[in-house]
Parts: sequence; structure tokens; C-alpha cells
Amino acid sequence: MAKSTISRWASKRSVNRRHPLASVALITIGLLTTGGAYALATTSATAETSTESTALVEEGGKLFAANCASCHGLNLGGTEAGPSLLGVGAASVEFQVATGRMPLAAQGPQAPVKPEQFTDEQVEALYTFVAAQAPGPGIPDEEYLQADGDAADGAELFRINCAMCHNVAGAGGALTEGKYAPSLAGVEAIHIYEAMVTGPQNMPVFNDMNITPEEKANIITYLKYLDNNPSVGGFDLGNLGPVSEGLFIWIFGLGSIVAITIWLTARSN
Amino acid sequence: MAEHHDSATVGTAVEKSAAAEDAPGTAVIRSDQIENPGFPPYRARITELDPAKEKRAERTVSTLFFLSVIGTVLAVAAYIAFPIVEGDPSSVRLNNLFVGLGITLALLGIGFGAVHWSKALMDGHDIPEARHPTRGSDATRARAVEIFHLGNVESGFGRRTLIRNSLIGSLVLFPIPAIALFRDLAPADDPVGLLKHTMWKEGTRLTRDPSGTPIKASEVTLGSAFHVIPEGLNEVEHKLEEKAKAAVLLMRLKPEDLNEAPDRESWSYDGIVAYSKICTHVGCPVALYEQQTHHLLCPCHQSQFDVSNGAKVIFGPAKRPLPQLPISIDDEGYLVAQSDFHEPVGPSFWERKL
Repeated sequence: MAKSTISRWASKRSVNRRHPLASVALITIGLLTTGGAYALATTSATAETSTESTALVEEGGKLFAANCASCHGLNLGGTEAGPSLLGVGAASVEFQVATGRMPLAAQGPQAPVKPEQFTDEQVEALYTFVAAQAPGPGIPDEEYLQADGDAADGAELFRINCAMCHNVAGAGGALTEGKYAPSLAGVEAIHIYEAMVTGPQNMPVFNDMNITPEEKANIITYLKYLDNNPSVGGFDLGNLGPVSEGLFIWIFGLGSIVAITIWLTARSN
Repeated sequence: MAEHHDSATVGTAVEKSAAAEDAPGTAVIRSDQIENPGFPPYRARITELDPAKEKRAERTVSTLFFLSVIGTVLAVAAYIAFPIVEGDPSSVRLNNLFVGLGITLALLGIGFGAVHWSKALMDGHDIPEARHPTRGSDATRARAVEIFHLGNVESGFGRRTLIRNSLIGSLVLFPIPAIALFRDLAPADDPVGLLKHTMWKEGTRLTRDPSGTPIKASEVTLGSAFHVIPEGLNEVEHKLEEKAKAAVLLMRLKPEDLNEAPDRESWSYDGIVAYSKICTHVGCPVALYEQQTHHLLCPCHQSQFDVSNGAKVIFGPAKRPLPQLPISIDDEGYLVAQSDFHEPVGPSFWERKL
């Protein structure tokens, strides 16, 4: 009798060929594919140069003529391809070159961060050269870059002046027509300061009369606090708000509810 | 008229009804009707066929329950091991994580164990359970009618109409004090007037948000964006309500980039313009300013405003340009408002003209 039960059970099995977990697997794969399509990103290529420098301005002039003049003009007056650099100051050149934004790899809505193309000495030569042609904002004082200010005051200033574009957690965000406010995670203090003073690309200028150097130091303190302290609420999922959090709960939350429902109602073997 | 009702008529509204029966000749009975096949034949589970598997399932269930016990202990241990230190927000992280994991294990252990137990080991036969009728027995129904009738006779509710009608009147009127009380929660002033005016008036200085320090025109360098509140905002009683209407974004463009309407040429000062920060769509703060394109982007619904052309809408759902605040400078060189906005700020409302 037991044998007949087994054979009947076996035949039943062959009819129900599909494994009970197959639907779960199918749903999981479907959700992962749709979600994964959003997450695709691109990277940019890199290049490296290396030379020595002696007389700073002279050396900077040579570097400028070789790397920058085709767009910004030999006399820094700008061309159709690039803006004038007269009066942008050492801070602007240091920011653009040391973060790898300049020289530009290709014209586009925005200059992306890429690996630095010059050595520190070459960068110094370049900004000394540009600053020698016309006055502008200089390299910020070391005392404001120590991230030892008032993080709470910095956070309030950041929320009022910066968070609308850079996101309250400094994760960055989209602007119009391909432009974007970059993430501020891991950005060096000197570059944060220089960006506020010079207003690179589409960022507005926040000069020392709008946000004082002490207040800028507080903002840097806040951003460094965010860098050094993990998110209190657990996984931050990129701090991007509803997009990444919604995608996570869509895939894993709904996915596990579907899986448990199928398991609950499936017949046991 | 009601007092003349005699006892026999009260309660007769409830009919005694028999269980519904199909009228002969109306039901269609198909000759090729498929018979209810009943349940499929019982299929024995592997735990019923193999004692070793049964033993294993038993162990699995008890292990799940045991895991739940471990989870409970872990949650309490984690609460003690990772205390929340006052003034250190990062201590919340580990506390929440491990207490949460412990409780999750405790609850999921019980849940999964119980389900697995019933699916693998408890009796697996299907049992039909028919619905029972909801209609009470005739005796019960008659008794209920009798009780209502008796209540009416004893209280005289149907007979003494003066008492009945005055009771109904008092019940209708008693919520009136609540209406009088809650009505007072509405704004005392006319809300339409509040929506049409802000704190800005002639001579109000433009000051920095949040410090409230006044701004000199010379401090607003080319490409700058200042987040502005009216002078004295930090001292007013309903600060946030006023700020929600009066917030302004101040920008300096090259004067030749500004394409101003003839009647607004006096509203800017040397390329410095001030626009309301409240989106005309649904009132989000519009402050994503691109200093090269002079476009303002609203982060909520992607409306874009062109600051060089009177903040007119160039993309998105907003319908009207952002209201412009007319500005000039006072004797000391500080930026001041010429007047309030010339139109209501923010999204549309019913009484708004335009």
C-alpha cells in the first residue's frame, strides 16, 4: 500500500515539474533586472604627465600655453571654447586643476572630477602664473581648513546655503540639462573652501562677506563630521532619498513579502 | 396620533419570514452540469512516509523555536552591551541594529517554526466547514419584538410625545458648543489678506538668513547668491509663518545679461535682483541657482525660471513667474526693499486674481 502511495506521489511530482521556489526566483530576477537598469553608471578615462619645475611663474606660463591656452587663450582672455581667466585667482585654478576638472577631457554640460593631471608643483606653478596676471581670490589660510569649528553652526549654514543643491547629507543632486551638484563626501577641506569663494561652473559665489571665513570653517567641520561618522540610521543607501530607498524596499521588502506568501500557501512535500 | 396606537400594532413592522425558497420554474438547472469533484485525493507528505524525515522536520521546528529564544536573549544583551550615550548620536546606531536583529530573530523564529510545524507535521487533511445561517430562530425573533414592545409600553416613548420630542431637540443641540470652540481655531484675520501681503515694506533692509545682518550692495559680488530674510524677522512672534512668505533669493548678474521689462527697470540695482523663493506651483523653496545659465530650478517638480528674463517659467508645471521684490539702496549703502511684492507670492489660491 505504501508503494502505491509513493508511485502516485511520484507521478504527481512529474506533473508539477516546476519547483515551488521557481516563481520566487522568477520574481526576484525580474525585480533585480528592472532595478539594476537604473544603477548603471559610466567612468572616464585617465592620463598622467610628470615633469619638474623651477621658476614658478615661468614654468606655469609654459604649462598654461601647452595645456590651457587652446581654450582660455594665450593672454588668458578666453575664447569661444572657454571663459576668460583674468581675475579668477589662485583659488579657482587650484580647485579646477587639483580636482582634475581641468584640463577638460571634452566639452559637455559640466566638467567632471577625474584623476589629477598634474603634480602638486605643476599645480602651484599654474596658479601662481594665473594669479600673477590679475588679482583674484588666493589660496585659503590653513587655519580655516582644520575642521575644528562649530559643526552645528556649520550644519545650519549648510542647510540654508548649500543643501538645496548638494543634498542635506552632502550626497549631491541633479540640476538642469545634464548639470549636477557633485557629492561632497571625501572632498578635501581646501577644495570645499575654494569652491565657496570662487563659485566654479554653475555654483554661485559665496564670498567672505556673505559667509565669513570662520563660518566657512564651520561648514567644513560639518562636512568632515559627516565623513567621519557613519549614518546614525543604519545603511544610508547613498543618502539619495526616495529613489534609492524606494528601490530598496521595492526589491527586497516586496520581494520577501511575495516569497513568504508563496511559501505560506504552498503545499508541503 | 402615536398615542392612540394600541399594543397590537406596535412591533408589527417586523415580519416573520421563512427561509428563502426558489420559486418553481425560475431556476435553470443545466442537464450537463459539472458535479462538484470534491477534494483531490489525499497526497501523503514526505514526513508521513519517511520516519527519518519526520524526525528531521521535528528537529527543524524545535531549532527555530530555540533560535527565537536566542534572539530574545540577544536583544536584551545588546541593549545592555550597546547603551545609548547622551550627546553621542552614533551610539544609537549599534544599539538599534543589534536590538532590532535580536527581536527580528525572536519573532521570525516563532513565526517560521509555527508555519513549518503546521505544514510538515500537523494533520494535512482538508476539512470542509460550511457556513452556518445568520438568521435567528423564530422564537428568538418573536422574543426580541416582545422586548422592544415592552420597552415602549413601560417608558411611554411612543405615547408621551412631549418628552420624546424635547429629548430629540436636546440631543440635536448639544454639539453646538463644540462648533463654537473649534471654529476659533481658524485664523482670526482674513486668510486672503494674509496671503496677499508679506513682511516686506518700503525701507525694510535685506538681511542674511539666518543671522539677520544687513547686506551692502558692494558685498554682493558678481555671480553671488544670498539667501535673504527681511530685517527684524528673527524678532517677530510667528517667525516661521512670516519667513514662509517673505524668503527671498538675491543674485547679482552682469547688468547686460539682465533683460528687464520697461516697468521693472527700477526694481534692480546694478545687476542685483531679488526674487521670491516660494515656487508659484505649490510653494517649495526655489533656490537651485545656476550662475552661468541664470536658471533657477525648483527641486520638487523641476520647474525652471529664467532670472535674466524676469524669472519667467521656461520648463515645468509652474504657471507664473516668481514675484520680484523691488530693491534699491539706502544712505548707508545697504540694500532695502522699495515696497512689498506687487503680487501675492507662492501658489494660486481661490481668491487670487490673474
